[in-house]
Amino acid sequence: MISYLIKRLLYMLVTIWMLSILVFIVIQLPPGDFLTSYIAAQSSQGTSVDQSQATMLRQAYGLDKSFPEQYFLWFSKFVQGDLGPSFQWQFRPVSDLLAERLPYTILLSLLTLIFTYLVAVPIGIYAATHQYSFADYALSVIGFAGLATPNFMLALILMYILFRYFGMSVGGLFSPEFVSAPWSLGKIEDLARHLLLPILVIGLGGTAGIIRVMRGTLLDELGKQYVITARAKGVPEGKLLFRYPVRVALNPIASTIGWQLPRIISGETITAIVLALPTTGPLLYGALISQDMFMSGSIVMILGILTLVGTLISDILLVVVDPRIRFERKS
Amino acid sequence: MIDEPVHTTKTYADLTAEERYFMASQWQLMWRKFKKHRLAYAALFLLGLLYFLAFTYEFWAPYGIDEQRLDYISVPPTSIHLFDQDGKFRGPFVYGLSGKINFDTFMRDYVEDQSQVFPLRFFAQGDEYYFWGAWKANLHFFSAGEGKIFLFGTDKLGRDLFSRTLAGSRISLTVGLIGVFLSFILGCLLGGISGYFGGTVDVLIQRLIEFAISIPTIPIWMALSAAVPNNWSSLQTYFAITLILSIIGWAGLARVVRGKLLELRENDYVMAAKVGGATDFQIILDHLLPGFMSYLIVNLTLAIPNMILGETALSFLGLGIRAPAVSWGVLIQDAQNVHSVATQPWMLIPGLMVILAVLLYNFLGDGMRDAADPYR
Repeated sequence: MISYLIKRLLYMLVTIWMLSILVFIVIQLPPGDFLTSYIAAQSSQGTSVDQSQATMLRQAYGLDKSFPEQYFLWFSKFVQGDLGPSFQWQFRPVSDLLAERLPYTILLSLLTLIFTYLVAVPIGIYAATHQYSFADYALSVIGFAGLATPNFMLALILMYILFRYFGMSVGGLFSPEFVSAPWSLGKIEDLARHLLLPILVIGLGGTAGIIRVMRGTLLDELGKQYVITARAKGVPEGKLLFRYPVRVALNPIASTIGWQLPRIISGETITAIVLALPTTGPLLYGALISQDMFMSGSIVMILGILTLVGTLISDILLVVVDPRIRFERKS
Repeated sequence: MIDEPVHTTKTYADLTAEERYFMASQWQLMWRKFKKHRLAYAALFLLGLLYFLAFTYEFWAPYGIDEQRLDYISVPPTSIHLFDQDGKFRGPFVYGLSGKINFDTFMRDYVEDQSQVFPLRFFAQGDEYYFWGAWKANLHFFSAGEGKIFLFGTDKLGRDLFSRTLAGSRISLTVGLIGVFLSFILGCLLGGISGYFGGTVDVLIQRLIEFAISIPTIPIWMALSAAVPNNWSSLQTYFAITLILSIIGWAGLARVVRGKLLELRENDYVMAAKVGGATDFQIILDHLLPGFMSYLIVNLTLAIPNMILGETALSFLGLGIRAPAVSWGVLIQDAQNVHSVATQPWMLIPGLMVILAVLLYNFLGDGMRDAADPYR
């Protein structure tokens, strides 16, 4: 177990390192560096940039050095928690800006993950035990629609419905009166109310997928001999269902928890842009549009690391929970 | 004289149904099973139709896609009538439109002017266009003559959304195909090398696959497409976007290829081929690939909708296909905030087309998966 843990941890570090190379190449792709574009943007607005400040920053971030040296400088600072300045936000440190928003991204992603499983697993069980019933068909239709609808379309449609038929204006995570208010019970309640729509929008696609897998594997399992034997011996239906088949059917779902995270983080990014949530999504979007390279690079890196850490945790949990994987690793 | 072996002189048409079943090739068997899957069969037909429309949209669109009509800004979808207000059958026709400024919203409200009746004409002359950018023509499938017909309404520049949606399907539907083709090559190559050779190469490629699967796609896609230079032509941007979409897409495929190869390479016929002196490349191509081609095609079909969704999302954000090129994602950009969705809900129609195309591909893929599975 310990050796497995160490191995997985090492793999993750290698992956993070690969990610950092990819991200660095990507943020370097646009022509010119961020200082050049910053100076151009400033002079187009009629303000000139302090030449000494520009030179200083250029040296501090090694923009005059070669590509590998720049990468090394950037990555070593990143590891130490110095994410660089954001020129789009008057050279405020990227880490400060992210600290405001990252907690909401994590909160939203975790809640969506929990929502996805809480909703999908019972529905999947219901659909499998009521195969070909009206509810089963209705759920598959909703499920397919959920898979096929892009997150942002769903967000737009739900926004339209809420606005048109309920007169609600949605967007953001807080009502205006709570945005800069200190934390209170009222603010938390307000946040919870605002979180419902994004959770639904981001979670629906994943929910639909899990319902399909749950239904499929459970149906396979319910047709097996041991279920028939147990039923013949008079085991009550409820116990029969939850004792073995459901637990077996949960397995493929549990083993792919890690795959849900990239999907949720992706969905969160784009949904947040449409719904104007104070998470990292809109920040990334703005940074990409204005070539704020330290900002965009850091966000992509951090979102990637979040996903990788989440995947690692779920994998470790899986080994703890499932004896089959534990023994497979040993042999 | 040597006796000629007795040949059956029966042609395919003479065979009984049972004989045909036993003589059918693997692909013929799959096709039979596939046809039984009604939903998938219908999806195949509808997708074929969508692609046909996409490739010949200039003819089916009643108006040119860049034709602005400033008198007809944000017109709601036109309805086609069969009976006029006296209940008289007139064939398909549309009423004239009259616009009036609404001083509450400062937008023009359009109402049907029932005194004007414009019967629909088919194969009529209309806006000039260049078919496939090459042949000048002005023949359109339908037109309302002097009247106006906007089946999906118009946008804020008075352009016909129906024509633009048809035009957008050309990019939106082909991005998936080309992207999947690129993923297919990458996936087969890397997955094939990984699964066939094993060892260190396998471990390396495995890590690469896990890497590509474990990172969130949308942020990486956004970063990559933001790096596409603004001064590139529509065509260059289009290929850049397809390339970006397939950079992540190949990994899932490579995983399937690798898994299948690992399973197949243990078979006796591979050993036989090796003993017979076939090269590694020949073995992969001639002996192993046909063994899981059907799985590959199923996986490819199910990968296309993801690419379509990816393009739509990127273009919606303004990072993908850029105007004046038209794709479904570019069109939904006009519905970006709740205000425009509330006042012009028809601007969401291109988004419904995305959902339709993705649904059809999912149905098709499901049917193909069942057909390719010999145990079902």
